Amino acid sequence: MNWVLARRRVVNAVSKILMGVATAVGVFFLLWIMWTTLRFGIAGMHWDLFIKDTPPPGTDSFGLRNAFAGSLILLGLSLLIGVPVGLMAGTWLAEYGFHSRTANTVRFINDIMLSAPSIEIGLFAYAIMVDPMKHFSALAGSVALAILMIPIIVRTTDEMLSLVGNDMREAAIALGAPNSVVITRVTWRAARAGILTGILIGLARITGETAPLLFTALNNQYFTTNVLHPIANIPVVIFQFALSPYTNWQQMAWAAAFITVLFVLVLSILARWLVDRVQVQK
Amino acid sequence: MSSSNAAARIETGSAPACPAGGGKTWRLSGDILFHTAARIAAFIAVAVLFATVIAITADSWMAIKSFGVWRFLKSSEWNPVTQTFGAFPFIIGTLVSSAIAMALAVPVSFGTAVFIAEIAPSWIRRPVAGAIELLAAIPSIVYGLWGLIVFAPIFAQIEPWISQTLGEIPGIGLLFQGPPMGIGMLAAGIVLAIMILPYISSIMRDVFMAVPSSLRESAYAMGCTTWEVAWKIMLPYTRTAVIGAMFLGLGRALGETMAVTFVIGNSDMISSSLLMPGATIPSVLANEFTEATTRLYLSSLIYLGLILIAVTLVVRFLAVLLIRRLGSREGAST
Repeated sequence: MNWVLARRRVVNAVSKILMGVATAVGVFFLLWIMWTTLRFGIAGMHWDLFIKDTPPPGTDSFGLRNAFAGSLILLGLSLLIGVPVGLMAGTWLAEYGFHSRTANTVRFINDIMLSAPSIEIGLFAYAIMVDPMKHFSALAGSVALAILMIPIIVRTTDEMLSLVGNDMREAAIALGAPNSVVITRVTWRAARAGILTGILIGLARITGETAPLLFTALNNQYFTTNVLHPIANIPVVIFQFALSPYTNWQQMAWAAAFITVLFVLVLSILARWLVDRVQVQK
Repeated sequence: MSSSNAAARIETGSAPACPAGGGKTWRLSGDILFHTAARIAAFIAVAVLFATVIAITADSWMAIKSFGVWRFLKSSEWNPVTQTFGAFPFIIGTLVSSAIAMALAVPVSFGTAVFIAEIAPSWIRRPVAGAIELLAAIPSIVYGLWGLIVFAPIFAQIEPWISQTLGEIPGIGLLFQGPPMGIGMLAAGIVLAIMILPYISSIMRDVFMAVPSSLRESAYAMGCTTWEVAWKIMLPYTRTAVIGAMFLGLGRALGETMAVTFVIGNSDMISSSLLMPGATIPSVLANEFTEATTRLYLSSLIYLGLILIAVTLVVRFLAVLLIRRLGSREGAST
């Protein structure tokens, strides 16, 4: 009898330790990756990164201006495409669709899209935009990134709007406000922190996306703001520079990675802070 | 909550007709416009999934016609010079690297999830959970960079030791032999495991925390240890969602591109050793897409993408289905 008890105790103790170790492993890798990015990133920092364009191979100068500008253009365009579609689709689910069969199907498919491999979306953007237009373009890249962020915005908008109390809607309707006014002036406002969180998370997700851009925006050695042409962007520059034999290119890859991680972290922390605020209000 | 929301809306849905006067028609048409826009947006969000499959099938049509389905799947010749293409090495590479990732990530995720949900004192719970979730926020290109420049050289020093220990075991020893290069199938699997860990563990943690406390507490009252509660009470109760979480992680691993491209070594040879380089469908796409000179080459690459989509779609479908199942059961019981 005592043997059984002892064995159960030992199994319990060992498993608890192993679970602690498992958690430590995850945290360890996080810290390791963060630390390397910080160390190499700071070492690669240079003022020229922000004022000069990417140098041609073989020279020892620094510069990422065109890539930063390109990435900002890509992200801005993706927001321009992704936010209206995501917001309206989420609104339809929460305010018109409810739990009808159609709405639940839309939610299901949206959840499937939520974990779509980004390379698949890149191929799609290539097929519908680059192939017919005969050349790579920033616009195609933005479409791919927007498609990646839409499911996130749809889901958070849907969830956050469902949290808004019905008394507010009823009060607005009682005042004679039509549906669209109730939604835009009352429920959107009540849920705005939550909806913004979804947009921030979506933006964080697409910030470092590289695979879809390889098939769409590609890269450009020069500074451009023309969205119908290939455009330089940070992720693809990291990819190409990291695999190059030149030390200054590799340093620039680390510097770019560091700035990307920093940007994503700020977005994530901002999103979390907003979520906490939403929960406090409830 | 939401269904009462629906009821309220249905009751009052015809309310906009109330206000009288000239503004009424404008308001109503604005209303219809808004509703239509919302409907179109929802339609777009859904249609993309089908459009993806259709567009990619159309673009790979040329390769499908030239190589067929079965022949393309089992042919291991990938030769741009002779324009013959086969998917076999990349399918194997994708499956093997994902299998390694799952074998490593699932137990670690389970441990992490139980630790956070059940063992950790409350002051440590939030920061640790946040740290694990941050792993998901790091872009995959950074994983790749870290994997290639930091992890691979260190791993290359561990590999001889792996060959000497695991490599000596008869049978499976074959899997762990070869020159220590740092990059290869095993390295890719390890990096993938770190990447999918947060996805699997955060869902497991959420469902473990949602296990009714009456269930858990009665088990403790019967004298169960923490391990027994986790393994015999929480896990069986949340089984479908846990399997769903695993499928979600698998879907991520199968489609992951950048991190794998950096560390897998990119070779279209099939090797019996996990220490040797390989290639996956996403990695070959990332590497060769811009180099594809002929229409058939490009079409064959897109055909590889089609195969990947077919597989991940099934995996993702199962993941969403299984994770949702637990939620609906819970809803029914309360």
